[in-house]
Amino acid sequence: MASETELNAGIEDGVRRRDFINIAAVSFAGVGAVAVVLPLVNQMNPSADVLALSSTEIDISAIGTGQAIKTSWRKQPVFVRNLTAAEIAEANRVPMNDLRDAQTLAERTKPGKENWLITLGVCTHLGCVPLGAAEGENRGDFGGYFCPCHGSHYDTAARIRKGPAPTNLVVPPYEFTSDTVVTIG
Amino acid sequence: MSFPWAKNYEPQQPLMKWLDEKLPLPRLVYNAIGAGYPVPRNLNYFWNFGVLAGAALMIQIITGIILAMHYAANVGVAFNSVEHIIRDVNAGWFIRYAHMNGASMFFIVVYLHIFRGLYYGSYKAPREMVWLLGVVIFLLMMATAFMGYVLPWGQMSFWGAQVITGFFSAIPIVGEPVRQWLLGGFVPDNATLNRFFSLHYLLPFVILGVIILHIWALHIPGSNNPTGIEVKDEQDTVPFHPYYTAKDGFGLGIFLLVFVGLTFFSPNMLGHADNYIPANSLSTPAHIVPEWYFLPFYAILKAFTFNFLWIDAKLWGVIAMFASIALLFFLPWLDSSPVKSSTYRPLYRWFFWVLVADVLLLGWCGMQPAEQPWVILSQIGAIYYFAHFLIILPIVSRIERPLPMPNSITEAVLAKHADDKSAATA
Repeated sequence: MASETELNAGIEDGVRRRDFINIAAVSFAGVGAVAVVLPLVNQMNPSADVLALSSTEIDISAIGTGQAIKTSWRKQPVFVRNLTAAEIAEANRVPMNDLRDAQTLAERTKPGKENWLITLGVCTHLGCVPLGAAEGENRGDFGGYFCPCHGSHYDTAARIRKGPAPTNLVVPPYEFTSDTVVTIG
Repeated sequence: MSFPWAKNYEPQQPLMKWLDEKLPLPRLVYNAIGAGYPVPRNLNYFWNFGVLAGAALMIQIITGIILAMHYAANVGVAFNSVEHIIRDVNAGWFIRYAHMNGASMFFIVVYLHIFRGLYYGSYKAPREMVWLLGVVIFLLMMATAFMGYVLPWGQMSFWGAQVITGFFSAIPIVGEPVRQWLLGGFVPDNATLNRFFSLHYLLPFVILGVIILHIWALHIPGSNNPTGIEVKDEQDTVPFHPYYTAKDGFGLGIFLLVFVGLTFFSPNMLGHADNYIPANSLSTPAHIVPEWYFLPFYAILKAFTFNFLWIDAKLWGVIAMFASIALLFFLPWLDSSPVKSSTYRPLYRWFFWVLVADVLLLGWCGMQPAEQPWVILSQIGAIYYFAHFLIILPIVSRIERPLPMPNSITEAVLAKHADDKSAATA
């Protein structure tokens, strides 16, 4: 019985000092474990060299009306298209209600440069490169781009019109450094 | 575990006696796959596929470890290092093609193993845990196979990685950061290839661990059998060794014949020619399809082409594809019929075969471009797949009148034997 009295010596309000020590020790170990897991998870994120925002300069002087080129920025394909007047008119004719991701052509181009449609060539569905930038490729039901992987159709303003992709082709950040040179990034 | 009449391990030689006292490993083997493990006497050849799947995993691990000695996981040289293995490394062509086709063989035997489980009701009580662990193994296999396919860094490797990591970008808000976290960049690149190689090397050993749990869980109730009737007494069983070691050995011979036939005579039959073009991040192959074993799930992904109930088509496709596998975790509770074997389930048997046809249809649609009529066929196939598990199975298992069943495995075997005899004399 003496030993029991000794064991109960530290009890106040039914809480033993040992319970407190147990909980404190395990909690502290838990905090330590989380602190160790953080860098182990974070190492998977894009590294500094990948993140270093490279900017790409593109000479657009050689792209005739109705033509497009494919270039790359941050290792992602970029489409630069010189829209024809008919394509601009067609893009402006589409009612906003018909669009899954409602945006006007003006919102997707720079003021006064409405014929220059610059987008990432990355389908917003699962990331394939859509067709339509090169001569003779399938441009889909809406005359813009067509992604053959899962059948997404983009219109002349590269807006999603049909198929599984949720949003329009992404317009990357860019500036016209002169009339013939564009800097992306 | 095991039955009370299981033979006991009795080492004869002094060395084995000594070993048994210190580390009873021979005892473990004896009780797991030796004469000390009683198994139903009526197993048919569909019961070979578990052992064959284990053999396939061992082939993958051995050939994989060898390939890793010659392969270089860097986007600059990965493609060429695989060519180097095929052309320059001594017997490299054989090891590489064995690994490549070994993956297909692994999936073939696992799909037949799952088919067996579905037909004979092996997923039901008391073997639910065996089934659940099996689904975990299946998921791990899919992850491993996908990452392995990325390693040669051909066009299909690259675009497969792009599309499959793209699934995660469908998750609202956190999707794109999650995708970048998985890739370690904005597109599949060196960081992606390196981590996939690391994980592709790790996961087979995780699979091996889960397989041990799978077998452990199996050995508590023991194997199911073609009648679905539980073992009642010693008459119903035979020792695993030599009866099933011999039967599995025969099956293994057939398996190896098919495997070497594929590897030696038609090693690229199940692959895609595009993967012999080095990865190009600026050009998607005209027609991208996954490896054959993912096709039914890929068809379900592609079946969603329209937004529906505030959720966009992309997210629906991804949810449906993952759900089509996650659904299997609930199977033991969706099918409430106490009768296991389809032999005694006249109604379920029909729906089972329709499901098999449906999965084959989905697999075929998965190969086709995203155009009509394939889209509508994938949609019908996908709807039926979910309907089978969520609607048909729960209803059938309640309304079905099972056929009269024999009292025991022995009775079923002897009745069959008597039938054969009378047929022979008539």
